[in-house]
Amino acid sequence: MFHRTKTLAAAFAASTLLASPLFAGELVINTDTSDPAPKAAFEALIAGFEAENPDVEVTWNLFDHEGYKTSIRNFLTADAPDLANWYAGNRMLPYVNAGLFEPVDDVWDEHNLHETLASSEGSMTIDGQIWGVPYTYYQWGVYYRKDIFEANGIAVPKNWDDFKAAGAKLTAAGITPITIGTKYLWTAGGVFDYLNLRTNGYDFHMALTKGEIPWTDDRVRATMANWKELLDAGFFLDNHAAYSWQEALAPMVQGEAAMYVMGNFAVAPLREAGLTDDQLGFFQFPVINPDVPLAEEAPTDTIHIPSNAKNKEDAKKFLAYLARADVQTEINMTLGQLPINKDSSVGDDKFLQAGYEMLSSTDGGIAQFFDRDAPAEMAKAGMEGFQEFMVKPERLDKILERLEKVRNRVYK
Amino acid sequence: MSAYWKKNQQRLAPWLFLAPGIFMFLMYVIIPIFQSVNISFYAWDGLGEREWVGAGNYVELMDDEAFYTSLKNNVLWLVLYMLAIPAGLFVALFLNQTVRGIRIYKSLFFFPFVISQVVVGLVFSWFYDPKYGLLNIFLTSLGFEAIPVLADETWVTYGIIAAGLWPQTAYCMILYLTGLNAVDPEQIEAARLDNAKGFKLLWYVVLPQLKPATFIAVVVTVIGALRSFDLISIMTDGGPWGSSRVLAFYMYEQAFSEYGFRMGYGAAIAVVLFAIMMIYISVFLYKMYRDERGY
Repeated sequence: MFHRTKTLAAAFAASTLLASPLFAGELVINTDTSDPAPKAAFEALIAGFEAENPDVEVTWNLFDHEGYKTSIRNFLTADAPDLANWYAGNRMLPYVNAGLFEPVDDVWDEHNLHETLASSEGSMTIDGQIWGVPYTYYQWGVYYRKDIFEANGIAVPKNWDDFKAAGAKLTAAGITPITIGTKYLWTAGGVFDYLNLRTNGYDFHMALTKGEIPWTDDRVRATMANWKELLDAGFFLDNHAAYSWQEALAPMVQGEAAMYVMGNFAVAPLREAGLTDDQLGFFQFPVINPDVPLAEEAPTDTIHIPSNAKNKEDAKKFLAYLARADVQTEINMTLGQLPINKDSSVGDDKFLQAGYEMLSSTDGGIAQFFDRDAPAEMAKAGMEGFQEFMVKPERLDKILERLEKVRNRVYK
Repeated sequence: MSAYWKKNQQRLAPWLFLAPGIFMFLMYVIIPIFQSVNISFYAWDGLGEREWVGAGNYVELMDDEAFYTSLKNNVLWLVLYMLAIPAGLFVALFLNQTVRGIRIYKSLFFFPFVISQVVVGLVFSWFYDPKYGLLNIFLTSLGFEAIPVLADETWVTYGIIAAGLWPQTAYCMILYLTGLNAVDPEQIEAARLDNAKGFKLLWYVVLPQLKPATFIAVVVTVIGALRSFDLISIMTDGGPWGSSRVLAFYMYEQAFSEYGFRMGYGAAIAVVLFAIMMIYISVFLYKMYRDERGY
């Protein structure tokens, strides 16, 4: 971690300090946006905020991803910043329950965010209160090699039978249908989410991740049976447990695999590896049960005010600024993701446009992601079970019983 | 006061010199042990209120498959890691000769111990890569099936231990090399005159003189086996589906990792690990005590 006081901010602060020392406020922001694009986005965001609020001096502490997950627990209790980024859904529940996040309903009321940020109000609400402001999200779906599909005469699959037929054609041509790397488990969670959302629908999926439905339920078994169909047909990359998600990009780039069930962040490395937009395409995960309304997966990133923050007034100003349509447009242009504010405009990248179109017409509901919807312990056990199932499908009963045991413990 | 000091100076001085050490040892070793034992009786996420669950964490541990997998792997590590000692001895004997440039060879053999465990882990991950790794290229060229070592629950622990043996052998080698310097050449000569050679010479004449080196080698190897954390974290992250975890890694996962924060349960695992290490520590202390008494 390193401290970064923007020189710009210092200059502003110095000039305002001379003019009106009483109004100079210091705003401390902690984020883990250390990758190049998010870092640039936050730099611009903070500079923009400072330009509009010359009396506020922003101190920005940048953390690396992995370290942040541990640090946030320490700094929320011991030395709280005024703002910190985190994630929507169940992922913020422990901090809300421990009273470490401040409810920000007043910001939402005052700036009409109930309307402009309506799509994610649900995932920001716990116990009837709103706990932060979302600023970006991105779609999940199937990224595929257009050229390989065309070469094998495959059309974009719309339903389960098409999807299986496409896989059969690909395997016949010696191509692995879906690449995946499950070493860090969560990729398997994405596949489960989609299979379950398409088999049983959004409400069931949310009830399952909230612990209201036993893992041994027949509807879960139906999802797993669909998954097993894919496993039996050799849909997934061999030895996926040895690879990370980045390593699993390689077979797709080399043309040995044709599809990847992934989030939109996979596009950047695929392009860097040399795939052009003519070779790379995106489609919505196909329909399995036609009676189930289509729900999608779109994890939302958020910013919160810790309860122990010192400068809540300016923090709320910052949240209001962050929620604005033009600000969200700009930050998401840099991030290469989708803005939450419905009045923002979306970058003209074709994957962003596809994602925007898909998500804005989604009527089934928007899930966050398995490890954000389910509590941490359940998520870990679940994703480990999915990985095991993908290699040893015959152990299904044992796996589901184990998950059920965890469920009974976690949601008391 | 000064009279008291004069009278008891001899008695007090050692304690004064020991005080900083004792303080550190209490703060960072003894007190945390009791704190861990204490925390292991609570359900606690590290943030909110602690909830007393008595032996609940231990009861759960007894019924936890992952715990038994970790325990089994810990035993595997302890047993197989011992291979580093004979291997190190063998390399040391091999290198204990005066040839031109022997120092370069010695440095080369010592090299794996110098590089970080993380690098060792990465190198071996590539070596084991199911498709492009040297191991599987070699196996397939001989007509065998490729083994995805790190993605296979039966092979994974052995694969990581093999990676760990590489630097550990180097460590044992260096211990034995220094030990061999201290071997009395006259005794060797005397044994030669009595027509002892080969294995018998090694076993009855050289090895007894290497006893101090062997003792240290066993100690560092046991410690190395118990802190096998970094290799596991780099190579498999405990997977596939948790089959390469050891107790230390499981404890970390439960208490501190992204999906963890069950401090009580993590502490319970730590206490069990501590109890296992206590067996070894007691044997070690008993032996030290006996040696110091001189019989």
